Amino acid sequence: MTSREAMLSAVRAARGDGDVPEIERAYARTGSHPPGSPEAVALLVDRLFDYRARVTSVQRADGIVGAVTDALGEASRVLVPVGLPEGWVTDGVVDDGFAPGDLDGMDAVVTACAVACATTGTIVLDASLDQGRRAITLVPDHHVCVVRANQVVDSVPEMMARLDPTRPLTFISGPSATSDIELQRVEGVHGPRRLHVVVVVEG
Amino acid sequence: MTPVDLGMPMVAPRGVGHLRGEQSFPDAARTALGNEQLRRNLGHATSAIRAKRLRVVAEVDDWEQLRRAGETIKAATMARLDEHLARLEQAVTARGGVVHWARDADEANRIVTALVRATGCDEVVKVKSMTTQEIGLNEALADAGIAAYETDLAELIVQLDNDQPSHILVPAIHRNRREIRDIFAEHMPGVPADLTDDPHALAEAARLHLRAKFLSARVAVSGANFAIADTGTLLVVESEGNGRMCLTLPETLITVMGIEKVVPSWRDLEVFLQLLPRSSTGERMNPYTSAWTGVTPGDGPQEFHLVLLDNGRTATLADEAGRSALHCIRCSACLNVCPVYERVGGHAYGSVYPGPIGAVLSPQLTGVEDNASLPYASSLCGACFDACPVRIDIPAMLVHLRARHVEEREKEHRLPSAEQVAMAAAAWTMADGRRFARAGRGARLARFARGRRLPPPLSGWTASRDLPDPPQHTFRDWWRDRDDQP
Repeated sequence: MTSREAMLSAVRAARGDGDVPEIERAYARTGSHPPGSPEAVALLVDRLFDYRARVTSVQRADGIVGAVTDALGEASRVLVPVGLPEGWVTDGVVDDGFAPGDLDGMDAVVTACAVACATTGTIVLDASLDQGRRAITLVPDHHVCVVRANQVVDSVPEMMARLDPTRPLTFISGPSATSDIELQRVEGVHGPRRLHVVVVVEG
Repeated sequence: MTPVDLGMPMVAPRGVGHLRGEQSFPDAARTALGNEQLRRNLGHATSAIRAKRLRVVAEVDDWEQLRRAGETIKAATMARLDEHLARLEQAVTARGGVVHWARDADEANRIVTALVRATGCDEVVKVKSMTTQEIGLNEALADAGIAAYETDLAELIVQLDNDQPSHILVPAIHRNRREIRDIFAEHMPGVPADLTDDPHALAEAARLHLRAKFLSARVAVSGANFAIADTGTLLVVESEGNGRMCLTLPETLITVMGIEKVVPSWRDLEVFLQLLPRSSTGERMNPYTSAWTGVTPGDGPQEFHLVLLDNGRTATLADEAGRSALHCIRCSACLNVCPVYERVGGHAYGSVYPGPIGAVLSPQLTGVEDNASLPYASSLCGACFDACPVRIDIPAMLVHLRARHVEEREKEHRLPSAEQVAMAAAAWTMADGRRFARAGRGARLARFARGRRLPPPLSGWTASRDLPDPPQHTFRDWWRDRDDQP
């Protein structure tokens, strides 16, 4: 008997043939603010500040390039995924499958996102062409992420419903942090130490 | 040799891993209670995290409904666990991953060692993982000449100091900033001479220390918080970004996961991703969660192995009154609210799973006889149940395991303990009204022969407690006197 067969038959015997209990899903499936509403966007901004992320709000898509340029500051080598919308970054280096060591030489990375959850201040990347593979938003120390209002939902169930689990997903809630020393939160360990979110209010 | 009842599920084997302590809980606790620094560090840290947890849990209007959902999802999963595991295997395999089955710690260690050897590497980077601590993977790899580098800040502190973790979430909770600074100064190569004990400076030192390791690592070992049977998706929930580094940059990823971590569908995560961060770090959401499904061409490790571990879990599942210990999502809320944990710390429990959940999980994984003192490491105050995000009734399970311990001793025809004798005597006394009345009067007489300590074999009880004064009147006396009133 293989270990697989042994384990499966032991589990079958141990769990018995009792009824499967019914799952109680009495919790809220939607939040109090509709997706993309000004209230949901305002809540997201508030929660991001709480994590000590930097936030710039712009009214329309034509404000993105100015906000991104300001957010990048002195950064000279700026990495962008292959599918970043035209005109967001003036002088970006397109990801060419760089090795980790090369990614470490980049000052910053600019991406879009898949969805954002206001209640928890979470941004999710799903490796679409405007976000790129996971490594590019991990190794550079500064991540500038553009979130459009129509990507903002209020609650966790709404966020999960918009995601395809078979894509590589990264849920980001503020900059890298640790609470390992006396349970005091310290921002900035291995992931990007600076997270700057550009929110497009009428996106 | 102990006779083995064929057909009974195997418990976690002896001689490997970290589920059994060298001392019983009372002995280890006595030592820990003498360490004032430890008690100060623990009191400071657990009171801080309790306040944070209460604040963010109060924000969620449907918290109780979420707890019910978490409880019932886990119970429903356990009721058909074999089917969910088979579906998980199928989905992971379909997406380019390889699934391995390990009945116990030794088998899991052999599988991982062989997988690392096959890559030709002699070092691995590790994401914090309770399961690999449980099976003693680092020691097994070291025996095979493979160096394992812990990358979580607290695990790094513990590893550099050649120490053991003392908390599920914050393994170095027993250390304060001053002690951590000294550990880094002594054991971390290239650490600046003027390193201070500012947590920011300590985090920065860890970042620099591990940066080159991450960028050159070819093999990573991780645990998993959840696995989705429908899709084959694995999740790791973390804070620092060391998890993302390990899950993204190396060529080969090996994930070791207890079989109880599977949940049926993606939708179930909408419950657990609300319950877990608020219960564990007291945050609305942890900084990073990574989800991956098999292998994605051009993104992340191109070789993925999933090792499914039993190591006593099936034995736990077989006990209907104990199986919900497998529902645990490792948030550590029960540790932080436990008056016993707060005073003695995690090491006294002798297992990688300390605190209330450890007191019910460790004895079931190893067999009660090997962790017989743990079910008694509790005042049964119930705080752990109130804090548990998936409503595990730890107090009831502790009582159940105490009974199992007594039954197993009886089966082995051992001499009954003082407590068993006392309980049997109490049962006899209380079964008859006249006997009980006499006993009450007897206790009152004992006021005259008063001492603060009981004689052996009951002296164990009063070694750490004052003996209460028996009342001047028993309830029965009072009732009778009251009836005598006109």
